[in-house]
Amino acid sequence: MPRWQALSDAPRAGFHLPDERGRFGPYGGRFVPETLMPALEELESTYEEACRDPAFFTELHELLRDFAGRETPLYEARRMSEILGGARIFLKREDLLHTGAHKINNTLGQALLARRMGKNRIVAETGAGQHGVAAATAAALLGLECVVYMGTLDMERQALNVARIKLLGARVEPVDSGGRTLKDAVNEAIRDWVTHVSTTHYMLGSVVGPHPYPKMVRDFQSVIGREARKQILDRQGRLPDLLVACVGAGSNAMGLFHPFLEDPVQMVGVEAGGKGVQSGEHAATLACGTVGVLHGASSYLLQDAHGQILEPHSIAAGLDYPGVGPEHGHLKDTGRVQYVTATDGEAVSAFQMLSTTEGIVPALESAHALAYVIRVAPKMPRDAIILACLSGRGDKDVGRVYQYLEGEQ
Amino acid sequence: MSKTITEAFEEARDEGRGAFIPYLTGGFPDEETFERLLLALDGNGADLLEVGIPFSDPLADGPAIQLSSRMALERGTTPEGVLNLISRARKTLQCPLLIMTYWNPVMKMGLEEFAARAKEAGVSGVIVPDLPPEEAEAWVTAAEEYELATVFLVAPTTPPRRLGIILSVCRGFVYYVSLTGVTGLRSEISQELLLSVRGLKAHTDLPVAVGFGISTPEQGRSLVHAADGVIVGSALIRLVLSQQTPKARVGAAAHFAQSFRDALTMGASCKGSEEVDAS
Repeated sequence: MPRWQALSDAPRAGFHLPDERGRFGPYGGRFVPETLMPALEELESTYEEACRDPAFFTELHELLRDFAGRETPLYEARRMSEILGGARIFLKREDLLHTGAHKINNTLGQALLARRMGKNRIVAETGAGQHGVAAATAAALLGLECVVYMGTLDMERQALNVARIKLLGARVEPVDSGGRTLKDAVNEAIRDWVTHVSTTHYMLGSVVGPHPYPKMVRDFQSVIGREARKQILDRQGRLPDLLVACVGAGSNAMGLFHPFLEDPVQMVGVEAGGKGVQSGEHAATLACGTVGVLHGASSYLLQDAHGQILEPHSIAAGLDYPGVGPEHGHLKDTGRVQYVTATDGEAVSAFQMLSTTEGIVPALESAHALAYVIRVAPKMPRDAIILACLSGRGDKDVGRVYQYLEGEQ
Repeated sequence: MSKTITEAFEEARDEGRGAFIPYLTGGFPDEETFERLLLALDGNGADLLEVGIPFSDPLADGPAIQLSSRMALERGTTPEGVLNLISRARKTLQCPLLIMTYWNPVMKMGLEEFAARAKEAGVSGVIVPDLPPEEAEAWVTAAEEYELATVFLVAPTTPPRRLGIILSVCRGFVYYVSLTGVTGLRSEISQELLLSVRGLKAHTDLPVAVGFGISTPEQGRSLVHAADGVIVGSALIRLVLSQQTPKARVGAAAHFAQSFRDALTMGASCKGSEEVDAS
């Protein structure tokens, strides 16, 4: 039986959150219109029931193995480590997963839950398009109708993924409100959900939103950390010194960090510094934000003095979000995880470095994590181990990176 | 001081009417016209007024209220600004007034501060669509301290178990959401909706007002066979947007309020016979 279940019977401190109200310390909760409250209660009880059903995990485990391609390799980036001249760098290769990013870990789980609830229609939001592709893929696999909301700015930035979503049989609904990015897509997906709630499951793509989403998505993504922990222990006989992952809303980071929370391992989440946090054009929610409620949960937000949500900026559409998962807020406050930023320029440099030194083209989102690795590895001893999450591959970003480099020169 | 929420519903009932509750986004289409619109609604048939404090991400709202919120925000409207406008208009207004806003602007100002300022501005009640009773304890305490009624929403999806939780904290009136969806227009009032409203009324002594998707006086007339009042927002916003000058906007809003009041008077007068039919 999969190691999954280790999760549900782990009463150790740090693993017990959220509480029964969906709170991680002061964050989380359930701030949604009344129409959706019963749907969240249904989702919560369906998920709890599924967690006690070995058949659910067997089916999910088989899909992750045979359809999505788990487990993913843990790859030691020897040339990059050599060039940086410090710590050994290991990459958890979520980029090698079917559809090209970690998002499929979550969408397969949620699609099985949707089927369990008898809901035949899926709505999803997407920024970079990776969650949209993963949602459309899971929907196609299980024969569910799928509608993906996407900001029109992101549709321009991620045209390849728009085409992929359509080819998978899903409908892409353009969202023209606000900054025309991920936040606006979430608004529209929630409006669709509230309108069609009896037939529709909202397949939220990250560890945000009302309870039980932050917990449920984290649990589905924790396969990243569980595998990585076992792989590094098997191969190196010890835990890594440092974990690094990018944080937009925060699902790949929560997935990597969670199984290590009780271990003596340092963890760093890297937010999008955009054009620099001083410029105001960034998506560094934990670094620069304040506490508020957006999209159904309390957490850190980018907002003005009157509680209006600010438009974020990042070169990486998947990080371009003014909120962050409530559990990250809690991990920041408790000091368990440090959160830092990397700018657009640093991310592009890291994108180039991994491409040329290792022959791996990373997603611009994941390149933010690598940017921090590049910064910190040289300062660490040669026997230290950094384990970074390579959350997605960069095919979708090739055009964007060229455009950026041309604009710079 | 004007009427309380309870008095406004009682007065409408005593006069054989369903209460008419128009919604306007604060600071829309501009501050001056907003104030004139508010006064026009107050003087031409409204029983209670609902004023929105615009929020950047109004996820319970459809296109019309989204647009009005954006227009107000682009003009620099703030929560303090809306409360100031209300405070100024309050001196002439007859109707009790409720604030509709989302939780984040309230949280940002601070619960106590928001409640105190709302009270000071002459607000009678507050509606926060993304604050379910489970998360509302601290707010309800602050609101009660400042004698503000917190109106909660009941939806068609609300199961009986939740109804008890909602009604235990709801004050002023109960806001029944007429449809599973966002605010906006719908075509007809179904028998099912009337039955749901009657079902809800059997569980509470509070008046029940129906909103979300009510756009015409005819719909209002059908609804007050069962409901104590109707809330109309998007249709009014659209009407205001369809007129070009402030004067035309104010005139149209006044006419709109009069038509609703007339319809709600006629509707409520045949309430008894409808109930016999339905049973």
